[in-house]
Amino acid sequence: MTHISRRFFLAGTAGLVVAFSTRAAHASPVTVAKDQVDGFLAIGPDGAVTIYSGKVDLGTGARAALRQIVAEELGAQIHRIALVEGDTALTPDQGPTSGSTGIAVGGMQIRQAAATARQALIAMGAERLGKRPADLEAWDGEIRPIAGGDSVAFADLLQGRAFDLGIDPKAPLKNPDSYRIVGKEIRRPDIPAKMTGKHLYVHEFTVAEMLHGRTIRPPAIGAKLIEVDEKSVAAIPGVVKVVRIGNFLGVVAESEWSAIRAARALKAKWSTPATLPGSDRVYDAMRAARVDREDVLNSRGDPTAAMSAAARTLQASYLWPTQSHASLGPSCAVADVRADAATIWTASQGTHKYRPIFARFLKLPPENVRLIYLDGSGCYGMNGHDDAAADAALLSQAVGKPVRVQWMREDEHGWDPKGPAQILDMKGALDTAGTITAWETLAWLPRNTPGLPAVPLLAPVDAGIEPSGGDSAGLLSLNADPPYAMPNMRATIRWLDGTALRPSNLRAPGKIGNVFAVESFYDELAAAAAADPLAFRKRALTEPRAHAVLDSVAARMNWTARPSPAADRSGAILRGRGIAYVHYKQTENYAAIGAEVEVERATGRIRVTRMYCAHDCGLIISPDGVRSQVEGNILQTVSRTLYEEVTFDKSRVTSTDWSSYPILTFPDAPTLDIVLIDRPHEKPLGAGEAAAAPVAAAIGNAVFDATGIRLRQAPFTPARVKAALTDQT
Amino acid sequence: MPTYTLHINGRNEQVTADDPAMPLLYALRNDLGLHGPKFGCGLGQCGACTIHVEGAATRSCLLTVADAEGKQIVTLEGLGTPDRPHKVQAAFIAEQAAQCGYCANGMIMTAAALLAATPHPDEAQIRTELAGNLCRCGTHARIVRAVQRAAAA
Repeated sequence: MTHISRRFFLAGTAGLVVAFSTRAAHASPVTVAKDQVDGFLAIGPDGAVTIYSGKVDLGTGARAALRQIVAEELGAQIHRIALVEGDTALTPDQGPTSGSTGIAVGGMQIRQAAATARQALIAMGAERLGKRPADLEAWDGEIRPIAGGDSVAFADLLQGRAFDLGIDPKAPLKNPDSYRIVGKEIRRPDIPAKMTGKHLYVHEFTVAEMLHGRTIRPPAIGAKLIEVDEKSVAAIPGVVKVVRIGNFLGVVAESEWSAIRAARALKAKWSTPATLPGSDRVYDAMRAARVDREDVLNSRGDPTAAMSAAARTLQASYLWPTQSHASLGPSCAVADVRADAATIWTASQGTHKYRPIFARFLKLPPENVRLIYLDGSGCYGMNGHDDAAADAALLSQAVGKPVRVQWMREDEHGWDPKGPAQILDMKGALDTAGTITAWETLAWLPRNTPGLPAVPLLAPVDAGIEPSGGDSAGLLSLNADPPYAMPNMRATIRWLDGTALRPSNLRAPGKIGNVFAVESFYDELAAAAAADPLAFRKRALTEPRAHAVLDSVAARMNWTARPSPAADRSGAILRGRGIAYVHYKQTENYAAIGAEVEVERATGRIRVTRMYCAHDCGLIISPDGVRSQVEGNILQTVSRTLYEEVTFDKSRVTSTDWSSYPILTFPDAPTLDIVLIDRPHEKPLGAGEAAAAPVAAAIGNAVFDATGIRLRQAPFTPARVKAALTDQT
Repeated sequence: MPTYTLHINGRNEQVTADDPAMPLLYALRNDLGLHGPKFGCGLGQCGACTIHVEGAATRSCLLTVADAEGKQIVTLEGLGTPDRPHKVQAAFIAEQAAQCGYCANGMIMTAAALLAATPHPDEAQIRTELAGNLCRCGTHARIVRAVQRAAAA
């Protein structure tokens, strides 16, 4: 592993450019306890600071933001901060890097550790300098009198010692008004290396004696391996072993290309179960599926009575398809499993979470299993990374040497756990004045209680090893209830017993489909009431932060109040505008999204020309990091809305490459117009999910505005749009 | 095992491969330690493995090591380094045009080839040229801006 020189660029007029090395105090911390300052922070004898973070940077910019948090709260020099991420031996277990919690939870734990450390350093400095603590500040790695005078460096106070100090939940935090680094533009430290081929991804990681493995996944989900003809790979040089454990089949070879050739050439006979409904029938199958239970997510008043007494009722069903992470690089991991211990280098979002799971299927004591995070290709929840790591671990255990496994494209598209399909049946009622009097959501979702082995790893299951827990598919039901004031409302979740394909917590899990339904249906009610969609929303929202994001997007769009659809819907190209809103999880970010679209009448093709967003995630630590996440949320969800649906037959996924699972390309990427609303005195929230949630509804609402047709099933393919346009005439 | 002589980043490199049909990508990454080009699909669909062959943006997952012999090849490492980046790399850094960064190799190599042939492309040309390069994180807007910045540099 090489440590490369990295640079921070403090943007702005000063244009300060700082070069520094990450070759800082990477020595083992004295503890990984998350209630101890030493669990998160170390100050070396040279004054260099190391952050030990259980949360990792998945391409999100957390490497900049976590340094900003510590530099600010501790008073350290940002260019002298190194960061160790997601190593089970070196970092506290802060939970997986999912659910937009990297900064909101992980960063805040580290901030409190830094605040505690600052308090301790000031006390030490007070004694050394003979001053009162109140007269001192911590800055630039020193304790110094606010009024000026002799200072003392952190390193001189600590002399390389640990803090040996519990985190004080009451250690005072700096007043955000005094921030000098938080909220400023700090360039991401990983980008120069990423742009020059020098960044270490897990795909590039090697260890001595490392072999290359590939797994051979069956032609059908749940297939049994009947027979393997090992002679079929005898002619391929460098094959070390064909590994068969139950229905788990893999090859290990000296070179990667030999492993690939062997995996392709290996003749195996499998059973071919046909247990899936097929993607064409996925929604029928969901409606026919066994219901595990129903939960009321949220309710008020008596919507049933109000619905039957209403002047006017509407109902509609919304469908969200099965989707893949479709990570650009197939998942990869390196495992070194020995008789008594294992080390696994993985792009996992949850190294700590998976440590006991790996220990169990490898039959090793958890304390002898170490998972070390290294960057993978972008993931938006659990893609194939944990499965690739499990593959590598089983193959390494089988050959007694380190093994690297990289999935092939068909593995990633075919076998990553999938964002599950969703059905949302909506009912609404209006009175004669055009006010909503009742609302009902009935959401059909796969049962997914955290703690259930909802997403078991492929390899141990194939190998016949008892499933030992896995990831959950996320908080799928949230935002199925409308955020708007109305007297009678109920949102019910009908939890289904299972899904066709292994479910995953794909970005903003469940919320994109839920908000698609809620915000589209709210637009249907607005249209039925002949109301302006923006005004119809604002009058049912009381929170100033909700109004701020809607007003901000409306201003950027030059929104003029009128009902949808547009009056003039003639011509070959129809143009429209739409808006949608989310209060993420009803407790977190406020985000409004606007969309401008063109619909080609002859083909049904939608061109999303411009997307707007106003985003309030509370205190902004790293503005460009937030902006980058918001951009990604929008563009990825434009892609999911317009193009993406995993197809499968009765046995297996059939959309296994980029032609059968197309995503957004450059010519179709809309222009973005993003406003970030900073709330320095609010707690910082994540930025990795919220802006995704209203995107599909905003586009659907814009298509309705342009054409008068309501799209209730994603993706909005030209065929679907054209069919709806044809039905209309 | 057959040996192949490759002209890469201005140097002659010897690699051995037991299969002449092995894609060049594996020789670059595993034998020569050139990790700029990435394996994305092996199908020529995503662009993550793009290199320059005789100046043209080429998918190294489809070019065999045998066919690569005798040709002038440049990888991302041959364009520039963190300390001395090529103008396209510098522009990507300035625009912070990456999230995970896995696609960046293909974006930069494709853009560099475009600018070598067409120094001042308009935005539509840039988007068309990059149409075969996929980005999953949604960094498209920054990438287009970075190419524009490089063109203006």
